Amino acid sequence: MAGIPHDHYEPKTGGEKWLHSRLPIVGLLYDTIMIPTPKNLNWMWIWGIVLTFTLVLQIVTGITLVMHYAPDTDIAFASVEHIMRDVNGGWALRYLHANGASLFFVAVYFHIFRGLYYGSYKTPREVTWIIGILIYLLMMGTAFMGYVLPWGQMSFWGATVITGLFGAIPFVGETIQTWLLGGPAVGNYTLTRFFSLHYLFPFVIAGLVIVHIWAFHTTGNNNPTGVEVRRGSKADAAKDTVPFWPYYVIKDLFALAIIMAVFFAVVGFMPNYLGHPDNYIEANPLATPAHIVPEWYFLPFYAILRAFTSEVWAVQFVSFITGGIIDAKFFGVLAMFGAIAVMALAPWLDTSTVRSGRYRPMFKWWFALLVVDFIVLMWVGAQSTEFPYDWISLIASTYWFAYFLVILPLLGVIEKPLARPDTIEADFDARKAASGSGKAPGMAPAE
Amino acid sequence: MLRQLAAPALIAGLALAGSGVAAATGEVHQEIHDYQFSFEGPFGSYDQAQLQRGLQIYTQVCSGCHGLKFVPLRSLGDESGPGYSDAEVRAYAEQNFEVFDPELDDYRPARPTDNFPEVDAVGAPDLSLMAKARAGFHGPYGTGINQLVKGMGGAEYIASLLNGYTGEQMEQAGTILYENTAFPGGWISMAPPLYGEDVSYAEGQPEPTLEQEAQDVAAFLMWTAEPKMMARKQAGFAGVLFLTVLSVLLYLTNKRIWAPIKKKG
Repeated sequence: MAGIPHDHYEPKTGGEKWLHSRLPIVGLLYDTIMIPTPKNLNWMWIWGIVLTFTLVLQIVTGITLVMHYAPDTDIAFASVEHIMRDVNGGWALRYLHANGASLFFVAVYFHIFRGLYYGSYKTPREVTWIIGILIYLLMMGTAFMGYVLPWGQMSFWGATVITGLFGAIPFVGETIQTWLLGGPAVGNYTLTRFFSLHYLFPFVIAGLVIVHIWAFHTTGNNNPTGVEVRRGSKADAAKDTVPFWPYYVIKDLFALAIIMAVFFAVVGFMPNYLGHPDNYIEANPLATPAHIVPEWYFLPFYAILRAFTSEVWAVQFVSFITGGIIDAKFFGVLAMFGAIAVMALAPWLDTSTVRSGRYRPMFKWWFALLVVDFIVLMWVGAQSTEFPYDWISLIASTYWFAYFLVILPLLGVIEKPLARPDTIEADFDARKAASGSGKAPGMAPAE
Repeated sequence: MLRQLAAPALIAGLALAGSGVAAATGEVHQEIHDYQFSFEGPFGSYDQAQLQRGLQIYTQVCSGCHGLKFVPLRSLGDESGPGYSDAEVRAYAEQNFEVFDPELDDYRPARPTDNFPEVDAVGAPDLSLMAKARAGFHGPYGTGINQLVKGMGGAEYIASLLNGYTGEQMEQAGTILYENTAFPGGWISMAPPLYGEDVSYAEGQPEPTLEQEAQDVAAFLMWTAEPKMMARKQAGFAGVLFLTVLSVLLYLTNKRIWAPIKKKG
């Protein structure tokens, strides 16, 4: 890999040389696993491995579930019960897979907010960031379609509501909605195509993950200081970094083991806690559930979708100047996708030259507010649309956009950043000295 | 087979939609009692005698209107479930249910390889998964806070519902609705199915009071909804234990690997 200078793989034996001159795969693996990694990474840098592991977990359990599942509206629900009752260990596969989706989103939200705080999206890592957002979008699509497969009440009505969003697009909306559903309403043709795509997307995600890793292996990892690794010489680089193996492999595995222990507790003792009970009722197009609520990981964006009603003056204004083409419903859809789009544009919206939030005294507070905002959106997304929830979701949604579109561009101009360490080594040694006197055992490595 | 079911329940059941309307319009006020069940908590397991009593009530009362179409009869022999012997399961299936056999093109007595029959004549919901489908009464919009804090779930809801009739009735669009303190909206189309002394339990078992019967059938329906609960909790416990040990080992490994890096300089 390009970037940080380090020792490359040298084939030694005859067999290795033979293979290397034909297919340098061992060299590729060696350079990937031995990549110089900043030695000051903290515990927020573990989520990448957790996500990779979860993707593998989902693919393995998913492939096994497919062996027993039937994508047909007449028997889909029954086939899930068949998995739960008749298939050996089927209940474990299904609960691992269903809760695995939640683990996936827990990890991705930590991962994204880590990137937002430490400025991981800033130059030269914009491509890594954009690919990450694409992965996130695909994850949402995959999770949404996966939730439809058991063909419970929430599956059916969730699919109806979400595909209905596309129907709000002016002129072509209905055509798109019909194309997505495969027919006039959610039915068997919808289930079969969702099943097909639910199987396909994870492999697209896996491909993008490889590109994601390739991109940041080219630029090198960001780190909590945001200061780049010295690249002048191998010796300089070695002072700032350690090879990924074994230092970060073991550290990440340690974190993964703890997260897995929590995950297994959820799967073993409360596997249905994160799901909606109504999904244990078979889909019935004639009975609408009292509350159609998406899975918890969609709630922040669901809240943004619902926040912009026709009573909001901005919506009325936009509707007026577009001659009603952008009505409240379409405005909400635009806001929901826009909320992710502004996140994707963060590398260009953030004008600050300082990467890490650690050295940005004003940014820190706005960022903390963004985290609170995200949690508030998640909470309010599960509430009704009555007062005061309508106001809360409107204010919280507005802040989400304000953070990316107003605060990030302005802060770079008005903020006076703090002094940054010259090198990663200096930061590492200073922190080591500080923790050496305080002796914080649990956080010993790299913090 | 005894089917002590009040006739009005059959008629009321036809208008199942009526209960849905009541649920959607009414203020959601439910009184759910936190019954103590043997299967609560990370180490709780089903009480075999209770499951057997619950099966008896299901067979003699509930099965008149409600099916259990996802539950295989053979699972009545599960060790962690009711735990009947093979012969008992076979006898139970034959004596109580007839199923349609497409090969014979006729009905025949049920076998352990069959599922409990589907009963949809009166529009009463299937009960196979009811204990999981009704686990969401707790907290606003099923956030499940009570499930987390008190360990309450669908079994508590079912027991509360069966105990929750006030005796009041009203007629709505030709359907008789019964006031029930546990049902969302307060009015349910199912007539009170249990009054106490509806069945006679075997010797050595508790008195079949309404409270007792309600809890027994609720426990039984928890089992029909989640028959692998014991295996799940054991796997969860083993997994957490193993991963905790692994975490400790990895922590020590990590500390040791990083020690020279931390010391240098």
